[in-house]
Amino acid sequence: MTTAQIIFLVVAAVTLGSAFMVVTTRNLIHAALWLVATLFGVAVMYALLDAGFLAVVQVVVYIGAIAILFIFAVMLTRKEMRDQGPQLNSGWWMSALLAVLTFGALVSMLWGWKDMEKVAMDMPVGFDSVSALGDALISPNAFVLPFEVASVLLLAALVGAVYVAFNPRHGDSRK
Amino acid sequence: MIPLSWYLIFAAGLFSLGLFGVLARRNAVAILLGVELMLNAVNINLAAFWRYGNITNMAGQVFAIIVFAVAAAEVAVGLALVISVYRRHNTVTADEIDMLKW
Amino acid sequence: MDFLKDPLKLAADWLIGLMTGWGMPEGVATGVAAFLGIFVLIAILMVIDIFLVWLERKVVARFQDRIGPNRLGPFGLIQPFADIIKLLIKEDITPANADKVVYNLAPMLSMMSVLILWAIIPLAPNILGVGVDLNVAALYIIAAGAIGTLSIIMGGWSSNNKFALLGAFRQVAVMVSFEIPMVASLLIPTVLAGSMGMNAIIEKQNIWFFILSPLGALIFLIAAIAELGRAPFDMGEAESELISGYNVEYSGMKFGMFYAGELLHAFTFGGFWGILFFGGYRFFGLEDVSPFLSIPILLFKAVIGYWIIMWVKYTMMRIRIDHMLAFNWKFLTPLSFALLVVTALVHVLFKDAAPWVYGLSMFLSNLILGWIVVEFLRRYSRAEREKVEGPAKPAIEAAGH
Repeated sequence: MTTAQIIFLVVAAVTLGSAFMVVTTRNLIHAALWLVATLFGVAVMYALLDAGFLAVVQVVVYIGAIAILFIFAVMLTRKEMRDQGPQLNSGWWMSALLAVLTFGALVSMLWGWKDMEKVAMDMPVGFDSVSALGDALISPNAFVLPFEVASVLLLAALVGAVYVAFNPRHGDSRK
Repeated sequence: MIPLSWYLIFAAGLFSLGLFGVLARRNAVAILLGVELMLNAVNINLAAFWRYGNITNMAGQVFAIIVFAVAAAEVAVGLALVISVYRRHNTVTADEIDMLKW
Repeated sequence: MDFLKDPLKLAADWLIGLMTGWGMPEGVATGVAAFLGIFVLIAILMVIDIFLVWLERKVVARFQDRIGPNRLGPFGLIQPFADIIKLLIKEDITPANADKVVYNLAPMLSMMSVLILWAIIPLAPNILGVGVDLNVAALYIIAAGAIGTLSIIMGGWSSNNKFALLGAFRQVAVMVSFEIPMVASLLIPTVLAGSMGMNAIIEKQNIWFFILSPLGALIFLIAAIAELGRAPFDMGEAESELISGYNVEYSGMKFGMFYAGELLHAFTFGGFWGILFFGGYRFFGLEDVSPFLSIPILLFKAVIGYWIIMWVKYTMMRIRIDHMLAFNWKFLTPLSFALLVVTALVHVLFKDAAPWVYGLSMFLSNLILGWIVVEFLRRYSRAEREKVEGPAKPAIEAAGH
C-alpha cells in the first residue's frame, strides 16, 4: 500500500458514503450538503489524477455555483423543506435493483479488459497540463468549435433560466 | 501507484448511486441531485482516461470541461423549471407533475 | 548564509533529518514536517489576527474622531486579549430547533476558507510558506471564496432564524454575482504575466501591474470588498436592518470565529491586492537579500491594502441590495469583460515592443476605457435624473456648477 493508494481508498469511501446519503437523506438541505461533500471528494480525485485545473474548477463551479443553487432551490420550494414524509417513491426497490445491476454490469464488462490494471506513466518533465489544456481549447485544430458551442449553450441556458423562473405576477417594479 | 480499475470502479459506483437517486426520489430537486452525481462519475472516467492514456492528448480534460458547462446549464434550467412548476402547482413532487400541459 | 537565504527549507531539512534519525521512514517524516509547517503558519496567522482586531478598532476610532482602545497596556495593545477572554467565557448558545451539526460546522468552514488562502501566498522568492506553487492559483482564490459562501448559507439556514436566513440569502446573492468581475479581474494579471501562478505573477512585475492596469486593480478591490461582505456591501450583516445577519444566533467563540475570519479575510485580500498588482514581496531588489526582508515587505503591502479596505468601509454608506446587484450586473461585469478584452488585445499587439511602449499603451488603454465609462455613466445618470425631475433647465445647471 502506497500513500496514494491509502488516500484514494479513504477519499473513495467518504465520497461514496456521502453520495449514498445524497440519495437517501430525507432532509433535502442535508442532501445538498452531502452533495457538497461528494463533490469535494471528486475534486480530490482530480487532484490525485494530476488534473489540478479540473479540481479547482470543480470547487468553483460545482460547490460555488451549483450546490449553492440547489440550496436556494430547496429553500424557495419551501413546503418540502421540513417534509419528513417518504422521500422515495413506492417502486424504490426496483430502482435499487436496477442500480445494483448497472454497477454489476459495468464492473463485469470492465473486468476482462486488458488495460484494466494499467498504471499511469509519470508526468513528462516540463509538461504543463494547464497551458496544454488552454492551447487545446482555443486551437482551431483541436477543440475551439466545441468550446464555442458550449459558450452558446451557456448563454441559451442563462436566457432560458431567467425567462422560465421570472415571475410575471410580480413584474417589473418600475412599470 | 493506483491502477486504472480503481477509478473506473469508483466512478461506476458513483454512477449507480446517482441512477438510484434519479429513479427513486420523489422530489424533483433531489432527482437533479442524482443527475449531478452521474455527471461527476462520467467526469472522473474522462479525467482518468486522460491520465492513463496519452497524456499530451487533452481530449479527456476538454470533454470534462464541456461536461462542467453542460452541468451548469442543466442545473440552471432544471431548477428554474422546478421553481416555475412550484409556483404554478405548489408541488415539486415528480409524480404529481403529470399534466403534460398547463 | 543558508539560514538567511532559505530559513524554512533549512528548518524543514533539519526536522526531517532529526525524525529519520529516530528511525522514522522518510515519507512519514516529510509529512510530519509539512504538517508542522502548516500548524506554525496557522498559529502565526492567529497571532496576526489578534492584532488585526486591535488595528481595526484603532483605525475605525480615528475615522470616527475617537481615540479607540487605550486603557489596557501601551496604546491599548492588550485589549484584544481581553476581548478573547470575554468571548471565551460567554455562554455558548445553540438555538432550539437549530440544525446542530451544520450550525457548528459553519464557523469552522468560514475560518477555513480564509486560512486555506495562505497556502498559495508566496512569502519570498522560492518560498511559499508551506504550500506549493500552484499553477492555477488565481482560480484557487475563487474556489476558497466558494467555501466561504457555503459557510454563510449554512450558518444562516441552520440558525433557524428569519433574520439569519435573510442575511445569508442577501450575502450569498452578492458573493455569487461579484465572483464574476472577480474572476475577470484576476485574469488581467494572468494575461499580463502569462501564468496563473502567484510566483510567476510577482516575478513578472518589473513594472507594477497597478501601473499597467489601474482599472483592473480597482475592479479587483471592489469585487474583493463585496466578497468580504464589508461596507458598503455588507448585505449579510447590515446591523441596522438585519441585526447582525447570518451570524445573529452565534455567541461566544463561534461568533468570534466569524469575526476573526472576516478580519483575516480582509487582511488576506489586502495581501492579494499587493501580490497581484503591487509586486508582492518585491521592493527594489530588497527581496533578493533575504526572506527576512521580503516577508515584512509583503506584510506591509497587505496592511496597506487592509487599510484601504477599512477606509472604504468606514467612510461609505451601505448600498441598497437592488442597486448593488444592478451595479454589478449592468456595470462592473461588462466593464471587467471589456477591460479583459482590451488588455488581451493590447498585450498581443505590443508584447514584442519596447517595455516602455508596452507599459504606456497598456496604461493609456486603461485610461481611455475608464474615460469612456465615466462619460457613459454621466450621460446615463443625467438621463435618469431627467426622467425624474423633467428636463434640466440650462440656466440652473449653469448656475449650479
